[in-house]
Amino acid sequence: MSAAIKWYWFSSPQTFFPLAGKIARWSAVGAGLLAAAGLYVGFFVAPTDAQQGEAYRIIFIHVPAAWMSMFLYVVMAFWAGIGLAFNTRLSSMMASAIAPTGALFTFLALWTGALWGRPTWGAYWVWDARLTSELILLFLYLGFMALQAAIDEPRRADRAGALLAIVGVVNVPIIYYSVTWWNTLHQGASVSLTRAPSMASTMLTGMLLMALAFWLYSIAASLARVRCIIKERE
Amino acid sequence: MIAAARCVVRRDLLLALRRPSDVGTALLFFVIVASLFPLGIGAEPNQLRAVAPGVIWVAALLSSMLSLSRLFAADHADGTLEQMLLGVSPLGVIAAAKVFTHWLVSGLPLVLIAPLIALQYDLPASLYGTLALSLLLGTPVLSLIGAIGAALTLGLRGGGVLLSLLVLPLYVPVLIMGAGSVDMAAAGLAPQGQLQLLGALLLLAAAFAPWAIAAALRISTE
Repeated sequence: MSAAIKWYWFSSPQTFFPLAGKIARWSAVGAGLLAAAGLYVGFFVAPTDAQQGEAYRIIFIHVPAAWMSMFLYVVMAFWAGIGLAFNTRLSSMMASAIAPTGALFTFLALWTGALWGRPTWGAYWVWDARLTSELILLFLYLGFMALQAAIDEPRRADRAGALLAIVGVVNVPIIYYSVTWWNTLHQGASVSLTRAPSMASTMLTGMLLMALAFWLYSIAASLARVRCIIKERE
Repeated sequence: MIAAARCVVRRDLLLALRRPSDVGTALLFFVIVASLFPLGIGAEPNQLRAVAPGVIWVAALLSSMLSLSRLFAADHADGTLEQMLLGVSPLGVIAAAKVFTHWLVSGLPLVLIAPLIALQYDLPASLYGTLALSLLLGTPVLSLIGAIGAALTLGLRGGGVLLSLLVLPLYVPVLIMGAGSVDMAAAGLAPQGQLQLLGALLLLAAAFAPWAIAAALRISTE
């Protein structure tokens, strides 16, 4: 029962503010350490890929960024939905704090994907299903942020953004499947992102370390941003 | 409930009829955009035939979006919308009726004029049916999804541009299915699969969008 009370206790912006600061600080430290370890494993320990040479090493940033970009949209829609349903201020603040980080990771995934595509596929951009749906995900993030920025009154901005995020999260699977289907209709799978040989365990370690680092970075950045929003509004 | 819906449909149709230039502008926009493409990419018939479904669908998307901002704006400005919110009939039903009327005056004309554009692009006559059917199934989805965006951006500065940013990414599945069905038919394959998917999208949007529109209207007017 005490856990439940704590839960509500921290759902108030005033009491959450110092806790967020503490978590953000430690997450930032953890993110830095894990990123250093992950990059070390990725650049110095992991073996060179037999087919792709050294160029593959960008996946240590690319893949975790792509994971986070999709996961953060769901988290954002979740908090937005909680905020809309239970009228809790902090949930809506969390949603608007997560959006820029999510957009950043989406952009990062697209950018590193282009850098990886040039030496591997010979083109910065191909209309692959994953690339296209990632691009549309970026548009969804930007739309959410633009809508919130256009509304001056915070309550309306929260609720309007929440509704858009929920409509978006319903649409994401439909968009993904339609793009996949479109891609297979228009061009054969000239390049496949799924790697046939199983990954070396050091590669996997590096990638997981980087994924954890990105998780902690997202927590740190979102909580730091939510502290700014709390200060602005309360 | 039905009476309220019928009343809204009749009123909005009457308003549209009294001001026919509003309806005409969006339709003219559709025709002009579709006519610009050959000037940009060259008038080689084979190329035109290949891009025609995509071009017609993109033009339909843009044209349907252009008329969206007017969907609730006038009612919001003169207070009718508040009366609708306060009234006894469910807001979802009224929203659905308004969207239906919007489709009647902006979507249906596109369906009817699309074969003319197809003629310009030298599409074989056997594809007209598929093109018109795909537009008939797809344009109501555009109106339904677009109305959510229109309700959310009600009375905001820069509403029109913002609306396009919100709504266009959500239009992607309709564009893919719609243009894809005509492409399939052009390649000699059966377009039924894509048309059925479009129909599924329409059912899904018709079931859920009115409630989302109603929620968005409440958020925007509170």
